[in-house]
Amino acid sequence: MNISRRQFLILLPAAAVAWEYVEAGTPEASPNYQMSDHWWGMLIDITKCIGCGNCVRACQKENDVPDGFFRTWVERYDRMDYHLESPVVISPDGGKEGFPSVVEGAEGDYFFVPKMCNHCSDSPCTQVCPVGATFISPDGVVLVDQTYCLGCAYCVQACPYGCRYIHPEKKVADKCTLCYHRITKGLTTACCEACPTGARQLADLKNPNDPIHAFLKTHTVQVLKPQMATGAKAFYNGLDGSVR
Amino acid sequence: MSGVEGYMYPNEVTLYWSVLIVLYPYITGLVAGAFILASLERVFRVDAVKPTYRLALLTALAFLLDAPLPLQLHLGHPERSYEMYFTPHATSAMAMFGYVYLWYLMAVLVFEIWLDYRRDIVLMSQQRKGLMRVVYKMMTLGSNNISERSLHIDEKVGWIVTLIGIPSAFLLHGYVGFIFGSLKSNPWWSSPLMPVVFIFSAMASGIAAVMLIYMAVTKLRKEKIDMRCVDAVAMYMFYIFILDFSLEMLDLVHRIYEADESFRSLDFMVHTKLYFSQIVLQILIGTLIPLILLFLTQVATIGERARKRIYVVCSSLILISVLAMRWNVVIGGQLFSKSFLGYTTYKMALVTREGLLVAIGLTILPLFFLWVLLKLLPPWPKKELQESAAGD
Repeated sequence: MNISRRQFLILLPAAAVAWEYVEAGTPEASPNYQMSDHWWGMLIDITKCIGCGNCVRACQKENDVPDGFFRTWVERYDRMDYHLESPVVISPDGGKEGFPSVVEGAEGDYFFVPKMCNHCSDSPCTQVCPVGATFISPDGVVLVDQTYCLGCAYCVQACPYGCRYIHPEKKVADKCTLCYHRITKGLTTACCEACPTGARQLADLKNPNDPIHAFLKTHTVQVLKPQMATGAKAFYNGLDGSVR
Repeated sequence: MSGVEGYMYPNEVTLYWSVLIVLYPYITGLVAGAFILASLERVFRVDAVKPTYRLALLTALAFLLDAPLPLQLHLGHPERSYEMYFTPHATSAMAMFGYVYLWYLMAVLVFEIWLDYRRDIVLMSQQRKGLMRVVYKMMTLGSNNISERSLHIDEKVGWIVTLIGIPSAFLLHGYVGFIFGSLKSNPWWSSPLMPVVFIFSAMASGIAAVMLIYMAVTKLRKEKIDMRCVDAVAMYMFYIFILDFSLEMLDLVHRIYEADESFRSLDFMVHTKLYFSQIVLQILIGTLIPLILLFLTQVATIGERARKRIYVVCSSLILISVLAMRWNVVIGGQLFSKSFLGYTTYKMALVTREGLLVAIGLTILPLFFLWVLLKLLPPWPKKELQESAAGD
């Protein structure tokens, strides 16, 4: 194909605009993505999580999460016998660098619980936002318009799961976006991609061919704090009664 | 991690609602309480409290002007706060703040004060010289008619405004309680009693503030304190404070008896991190002592001098108690993990935007506003004004 210098100069800004859209990751920038075709959630299989912290590191790198704050983290539970109400839980630096090894012969039931925004369909955080800066996208992802957020932290208080924080530099609410810039391009989330055991699976609840449907039919799954009635869409397999 | 006991979700370690958010319900409470006291005279015709009527209105206005400042300073992006007015989110209790605030400021308080002072303003616009004359001229809003008929209309409209003002005062402060009480995520806050407790504690603190200000200002003016007035104010303060205390105890007893999943966590907090601010300061010093003292003034014959001292002590303690209550609600609600497995610590900074010095400044600022208002609109008309009025 022969392109003259004049044509090249005309095409250059057009290519720059196109590339900007690819980078931006908004639905408009992903022309083949139809928001109404999807309803996103997450499947977390506690029986598969090994507490390696790959997901936390991947999330922090992908989303430029500030130190000391977490869009996702991993907890290690130690439940002694029948004491469901008083487990010993640790999450050193969000489990980013893994966990200290358990003393050999130690009693108790040890297991890891990855946590993240539950992308609730009746989310208390979006309910309380005074300007609607946080909202549920038509494809079921709870997002924050950071150019609009006042930084009042009411949403942080309203989230029962502790998934939100105020970004220390941007001074606005920040949280898991379910890697919206990735999933709208047909990719999975950074945490799912980094998980070596497949303990996290991005799920499209509107897609009848998504393996989540078969999984939900054959397993007993639970959401965190079901009494909160938030319509949480992070489904946990093997969730112990001691998990909060 | 320093200051953390047990397990907190990692994002919970930092407290986001600081001492400024403690001040916000405290200050709006003083507004609501002062206004309710003013309404006693205006709507319920309690003549005894008349000497505090105008002072209560001006106190309410002074504190209302201060009320949005702690919120504004707390916001991560205060420059975007106007969005609450232009694009409010209909499901958010907080979004209503701007509207409730403006309604209360403009439609109730400023309007009522203007109606009540209109005659004085017109007279001062005629008598004063220089800049103040211009100021008062502007304050008349071009309404210079102070005929008897016109003043009678002012009186009638003022009565209606006060009547609307009472539910508005309840709305202003009840809604602040609702902001906390409606959060199901936080068992320390989540309670339908929260708005009611907020309203009654607001009334007690607002009345206490006006009582103290009245006694201090009268002393400064070297006038005699109207004992009939302060006795009546103290009586209302006593009964309202009993109601407030009963409601808070009902909430406490209910929590203890119900003992739901959050109970152990909250109980631990009350016995440790909130022990001083809640048990010692709020309940023992700030509530029981004033209740006992005020009870004595109701049942025993106590000399005038001693009664005055009791009222000063009780009003001060009630103000401290209600401030401690706000602290216990706002800060207490963030000290425990929503996992109920751990506790964090609130480290109050000294000179930051949300630090102690700013908080002290914002608490004192309304007194400066009040001083300006008292200069501009003296609640006690000067002799020459009375004489001019007599010559009308």
